[in-house]
Amino acid sequence: MDAIYLLFILILSIFLGFELIRKVPSTLHTPLMSGANAISGITLVGALVAAGAQSSTLTTVLGTGAVAFATINVVGGYLVTDRMLAMFKKKQGGK
Amino acid sequence: MGSTLLVNLSYIVASILFIFGLKLLSHPETARRGNLLSAVGMLIAIVFTLFDQAIVDFKWIAIGIAIGGGVGALAATRVAMTAMPEMVALLNGFGGIASLLVGWAALGDGSMPGFTLLTIYLSILIGGVTFTGSLVAWGKLSERMPGRPIQFAGQKVVNSAILAAIVLCGVMFVVNPGASAWLYLAILLAVVLGVLAVIPIGGADMPVVISLLNSYSGLAACAAGFAINNNVLIVAGALVGASGIILTNIMCKAMNRSLSNVLFSGFGSVKQSAIAIEGEVKPLSASDAYYILEAAQTVAIIPGYGMAVAQAQHTVKELQQLLENNGAEVIYGIHPVAGRMPGHMNVLLAEADVSYDLLLEMDAINPRMETVDVAIVIGANDVVNPAARDMEGSPIYGMPIINVDKARTVFVLKRSMASGFAGVDNPLFFKDNTRMIFGDAKETLSHLVREFGDS
Repeated sequence: MDAIYLLFILILSIFLGFELIRKVPSTLHTPLMSGANAISGITLVGALVAAGAQSSTLTTVLGTGAVAFATINVVGGYLVTDRMLAMFKKKQGGK
Repeated sequence: MGSTLLVNLSYIVASILFIFGLKLLSHPETARRGNLLSAVGMLIAIVFTLFDQAIVDFKWIAIGIAIGGGVGALAATRVAMTAMPEMVALLNGFGGIASLLVGWAALGDGSMPGFTLLTIYLSILIGGVTFTGSLVAWGKLSERMPGRPIQFAGQKVVNSAILAAIVLCGVMFVVNPGASAWLYLAILLAVVLGVLAVIPIGGADMPVVISLLNSYSGLAACAAGFAINNNVLIVAGALVGASGIILTNIMCKAMNRSLSNVLFSGFGSVKQSAIAIEGEVKPLSASDAYYILEAAQTVAIIPGYGMAVAQAQHTVKELQQLLENNGAEVIYGIHPVAGRMPGHMNVLLAEADVSYDLLLEMDAINPRMETVDVAIVIGANDVVNPAARDMEGSPIYGMPIINVDKARTVFVLKRSMASGFAGVDNPLFFKDNTRMIFGDAKETLSHLVREFGDS
């Protein structure tokens, strides 16, 4: 049952993703990718539990590594996306 | 169970913020706010996860976050805009390895249902392929590796054998989760496959690869979400996966090639067409180009990867300013696969403070091309190659292009007379209305800017 429930979420999220991303203009595709990198850093929440659960040395080592990599994605991804988006400006006054 | 409820509620809030963040990304004016919203969602998810009762020790978490946060912040603030494709490639890879590690850590002693084992296997597999594939992409993009397709005899056989081994290994892993040999073999196969999958792909096809790896990093997070029974990983992973797939599709369409064609047959293997392109190239000095530009009413600038290499975006902007002061209208034509990743040119021009409403997509600029007095092609080749439109035998035939040859005059800024990345000759260079300005793009542009300044 759990599996079905998770698959249900997956399928709906994919459809939602397609609808959302289709509307992103091509001029923002690079920030979209780096922003997506940041969001995929969500793995961090799984990594936190592995690193802090003290279930075995191996799990702690793997978890800590995952925390470090995922944090690079979260911090690096959001910061660099912000840096890029800050540059997109429209000139006032027109042509 | 109070804390579990709280954690899950925070995941709902985080998911909502991710969705709204992506929604705001649909316009340059709101995009920055969207990114901030998404970041707040992430922060909420992370902070509330720390309340999880399973977490008893914070020392290693703190160390991991300190290292990752430091590296991430440093990289994000230091990276040059021209190096953005490499940065995204690396981040794709880190997302992959994180999912691999989370999947592996979730395995524990392997006492779990078969479905969960399968998803653990998938997160390790996709994560591993994404990791090494992205590292190779990074190497190619940053020119630490040759950008040309690397191919060897029997490549397809080797790849097929690895795929078969992965399936077999997966079955053994799920049936026999206690034996770690299958796990290690799976990791090995995944990282080898990642390398082999990306090395045969040439530099000009990188926009497709980098989009696809972006998608994989999301799918890896998704698989890890299944492995540890976590909703928010599945939602966020699916959003990223969908985003990567859409971009991949756009890139493939812009090259008129199917995804399998990009992945499995490097441009190098395309047979050279029998059609020989001959004609006389008409070179022009930058000083003479100035006189033509001075009289132009409408100027279209078509940038390509060469503009990024020459770091010429700021000089381009200077020229735009001078042309506008001179009474001309300046527009930019951006081909979807110009550069090494989706939107590469737009970011560079945004950095140089070019207004985003001047950046026209291919379909918007082509109908106007006949009214353009001068089209300036800066370091672009295949995306303006009329052979794609007119010459049926050409390897790039059918690819949609920006029709610069329809403009009254075309300036092509080019280092020398070598054929483009795809190894395809460009009949544009021999057209009557084309003038070649040889030399470093940035220097040529600076020269033009100086001429304007002197007058």
